[in-house]
Amino acid sequence: MEPKIGVYVCHCGSNIAGTVDVEQVAEYARSLPAVEIARDYKFMCSDPGQDLIKNDIREFGINRVVVASCSPQMHEPTFRHVLQESGLNPYFFEMANIREHCSWVTEDREKATEKAKALVSAAVRRVYYHQALEANEVPINPNTLIVGGGIAGIQAALEIADSEHKVYLVERDPSIGGHMIQLDKTFPTLDCSACILTPKMSLVGAHPYIELMTYSEVEEVSGFIGNFKVKIRKKARYVDEDKCNGCGVCQEKCPWTADSEFDVGLAKRKAIYTPFAQAVPNIPVIDKEHCAYFLKGKCRACEKFCERDAINFEQVDQFVEIEVGNIILTTGYKLFDPTPLTQYGYGRLDNVLTSLEFERLVNAVGPTNGKISLKDGTEPKSVAIIHCVGSRDANYHEYCSRVCCMYSMKFAHLVSEHIPEATVYEFYIDIRSAGKGFEEFYNRVLKEGTTFFRGRPGEVTNVAETPEEKGKLVVQFEDTLVGRQRRIPVDMVILSCGLEPQQDAEEVARLFSVSRSADGFFLEKHPKLDPVATMTDGVFVAGCCQSPKDIPDTVAQASAAAARVLALISKGKVEIEAATAVIDEEKCSGCRICNLLCPYSAISFVEDKKVSRVNEALCKGCGTCVAACPSSAITQKHFTAEQIMAELEGILV
Amino acid sequence: MSWEPKIVGFLCNWCSYRGADLAGTARMKCSPNVRTIRVMCSGRVEPTFILKAFQLGADGVLVLGCHPGDCHYTEGNYKTLRRMSLLKKMLAQLGVEEERVRLDWVSASEGDHFVSIVNDMTEKVRALGPFRQNSEEEKHG
Repeated sequence: MEPKIGVYVCHCGSNIAGTVDVEQVAEYARSLPAVEIARDYKFMCSDPGQDLIKNDIREFGINRVVVASCSPQMHEPTFRHVLQESGLNPYFFEMANIREHCSWVTEDREKATEKAKALVSAAVRRVYYHQALEANEVPINPNTLIVGGGIAGIQAALEIADSEHKVYLVERDPSIGGHMIQLDKTFPTLDCSACILTPKMSLVGAHPYIELMTYSEVEEVSGFIGNFKVKIRKKARYVDEDKCNGCGVCQEKCPWTADSEFDVGLAKRKAIYTPFAQAVPNIPVIDKEHCAYFLKGKCRACEKFCERDAINFEQVDQFVEIEVGNIILTTGYKLFDPTPLTQYGYGRLDNVLTSLEFERLVNAVGPTNGKISLKDGTEPKSVAIIHCVGSRDANYHEYCSRVCCMYSMKFAHLVSEHIPEATVYEFYIDIRSAGKGFEEFYNRVLKEGTTFFRGRPGEVTNVAETPEEKGKLVVQFEDTLVGRQRRIPVDMVILSCGLEPQQDAEEVARLFSVSRSADGFFLEKHPKLDPVATMTDGVFVAGCCQSPKDIPDTVAQASAAAARVLALISKGKVEIEAATAVIDEEKCSGCRICNLLCPYSAISFVEDKKVSRVNEALCKGCGTCVAACPSSAITQKHFTAEQIMAELEGILV
Repeated sequence: MSWEPKIVGFLCNWCSYRGADLAGTARMKCSPNVRTIRVMCSGRVEPTFILKAFQLGADGVLVLGCHPGDCHYTEGNYKTLRRMSLLKKMLAQLGVEEERVRLDWVSASEGDHFVSIVNDMTEKVRALGPFRQNSEEEKHG
């Protein structure tokens, strides 16, 4: 069928028409080969805009469509659908991006119009060579992998599992719970963090549709949406999970200790340990680095006392391979380490704490049973809380970590509650209390008598300048509301550290083929309209691995990711791009260059015919083999050399 | 209108095209000289596309992919890197100035980086002058 091309130039209100002379572009399009109709319209994506195309297809027999508007990332699916509804193959469509790549980045009207014409001309010449393609439909494996067992992973796992679909929840620590289980109270309602989280953790542990793999890490991921294959390393616990009943005798008897990760080094744990009392699963692990048997070949006290013979020093790491249709990454965050900010004396001065250390200190089941105490065991009479440590700082992280203002004020409240006579000072740049009940909480803390100083402290020092400062920590800062330098002596300093990407975020991003934004957090597909999906279909993100956020936002995002996964599971199938590579066996010389190039091993060599062949189910359509074939025997559908050459010709008119 | 460099930009779908989109969304201003062609991966860019671009009147060719290690297709950009260094040697022998062909990396979050590459490339090609003119001079030499 002879191509009859319809070109539609969108004004996008004034977004395009404000910079590009759209009428001139449409006029120009009419002069291009095989163009039957060219129109310009206010909003091509609106119903009347779409109807324009449908009518022209019906009335004038248009069989190829070019829409010059926004990025194909926005509306390519919209317009492909229009073609489909009109009985045309959706691949007879091409988009010219004259908004993001043209009107929005160019100020000069003449140059913008010139560029828009070139982009339209390229699209017209390209669409001329388009071929009808059928999108491949693949089934969705109803199992889901969730990586990270903090509140985000727990929430998503429960949502999916409650619909009776299997979830594999992988957590690298010995227990699920994440950072949330370390917290004392949660702002602004002051619910006890453990009280609201442990019921959910128990549900996860007992859920018939959740296979919990703690002390495990994902090693390899292959496949694509609907059909991922994942290899998981279950690290040796040296405790038989089937035999252990979590009685805890081994932990009592173990004579060796190490710093507790859960209590951020403020307390000790045994070499065989569960991180905390309500751990799920309640099965200990042996820390090889600190176990006397592993270090010196002697001890085995735990083994002697275990009535169920659950200790197994011979255990080795196990590898489990699973198949899942979708993956949700909920790998969380890492707290900023304030050591590099030497001016605050963390690690050098006693009684300078990070926020997480304070959380443990104030926690009723923490190392001091909730007693806020100084290193010498006495109660502080004055506490300084320094905001924005590592956040909103050009030297560390430019972004605001979003939760620190609120948790800092929560700390102020908790100090006043525990030690009513104590004075609390908050050193802030701005108070950011946007959220339900947040501003009210700020007012409450103000009423409780906390003093707020606007100014980022320059130094925390133990060098006294006056008798009152003697034996104290002195916060030196500029009170920017009064406009002068001040020194405030206190007993304790809490650094409100920001949230940063996990240390291995880069490797994890690579493992799952997701991108990261400039700040290092995982990049969502669209910042506004697709905040849980990623560029890789079938891989979703939720919680602080995507950006710093509080618990309610994390839970909302996790539920959203679960809903997306459930939608795919319920549909049962998904269309994947038809732009795969095909090899013309007549032209293939059997040189096998392409075989080695393919990162997905999608190309195999057919011995009897001495040619290579593409397995379309494995091919992801990158086109690398196409560009490398010395015989030009490989074609990438929808990105053929003919189409790209035509596009080039058009773009350079 | 005075002469303006025409530069063809081959952008991969996952990182650099989205980086360019982001530059637009954030209304960063950049020179309008780079006209983009979307490919799924920079690995799809055949050396002949680049030669063809020059033949059709381009003054420069820009190939942008995901940062090394971040390729959506794992390693397509490494293939591009290898291919481009070979091509550059060949272009040098043909007398094409080095600055006319550039391979670089732009992630989906680097709108500002995209703009700086485009502006830099445009200025360098502008300084070199039109590509066709060179060949014509040679022809009539």
